[in-house]
Amino acid sequence: MMPDLGKYADAVLSAYGVSLALIFGLVALSLWQSRRALASLREIEARKDHDHGA
Amino acid sequence: MASLWEYANPRKFMGTSGALLPWVSYGAGACLVVGLFWGFFFTPDDYRQGSTVKIIYLHVPAALMAINAWFMMLVASLIWIVRRHHVSALAAKAAAPIGAVMTVIALLTGAIWGQPMWGTWWAWDPRLTSFLILFLFYLGYIALWSAIENDDTAADLTSVLCLVGSVFAVLSRYAVNFWNQGLHQGASLSLDKEENVADVFYLPLLVCIAGFVLLFLALVLLRTRTEIRARRTRALLARERMA
Repeated sequence: MMPDLGKYADAVLSAYGVSLALIFGLVALSLWQSRRALASLREIEARKDHDHGA
Repeated sequence: MASLWEYANPRKFMGTSGALLPWVSYGAGACLVVGLFWGFFFTPDDYRQGSTVKIIYLHVPAALMAINAWFMMLVASLIWIVRRHHVSALAAKAAAPIGAVMTVIALLTGAIWGQPMWGTWWAWDPRLTSFLILFLFYLGYIALWSAIENDDTAADLTSVLCLVGSVFAVLSRYAVNFWNQGLHQGASLSLDKEENVADVFYLPLLVCIAGFVLLFLALVLLRTRTEIRARRTRALLARERMA
């Protein structure tokens, strides 16, 4: 299945490794920040609703 | 048809982007998996560059997005300057880290590709140098947003920085045409059949480019939604402190 990359195998595999790691890192960071922002907003909105209800 | 300006309303933007985001994300994932698998496993080696030609499926789309992300930020910044729509300023802020990562991928894959082909990791070639400067502009832009507490002031100053940086985004694209020197070749994608890459590499490359464009779009939507929520949280906290 793995293609024969010959003498340039290190270059090709490292280019793919570095790029995919950066892309996955960016996606993971964006998802984590999104969840954190949503949780903070929900918390403060719940606090606001509670204060108004009290 | 809804006017584009309706999306300046954060509520409208959140509704539409929430519905679009899964489809754009699935499209990005599908195009990237198909394009990269096709390019890596099912295309032949180039007669001169050997298997290093497979780096094209990451290097070219990343370089394209590095430049076009800055142009998207430029349009969003101009909308902020002229019409003061907060969503556009936040969209520009959201796009910057994505553009910076695309620039790093283009620089790193270029260096890894350049070493066996040119015999050097780096050369002060017009395109390479303008790309490095573009990366520094991305870092400056991100740092300026973080350094200023007031969102509107940050949006004003970063918009001006974005206008200045656009010169280097244009240079990154056309540096090879401006100066007939340096190691970097001309455009890989061209309407001129002589200059364009061979068809066997062209189709998977187009699929990868579509994947990178959709990935950029998905991340901009996701990150803009995050910025809108963070802005709302800051506003509510400020109101709480005032009460």
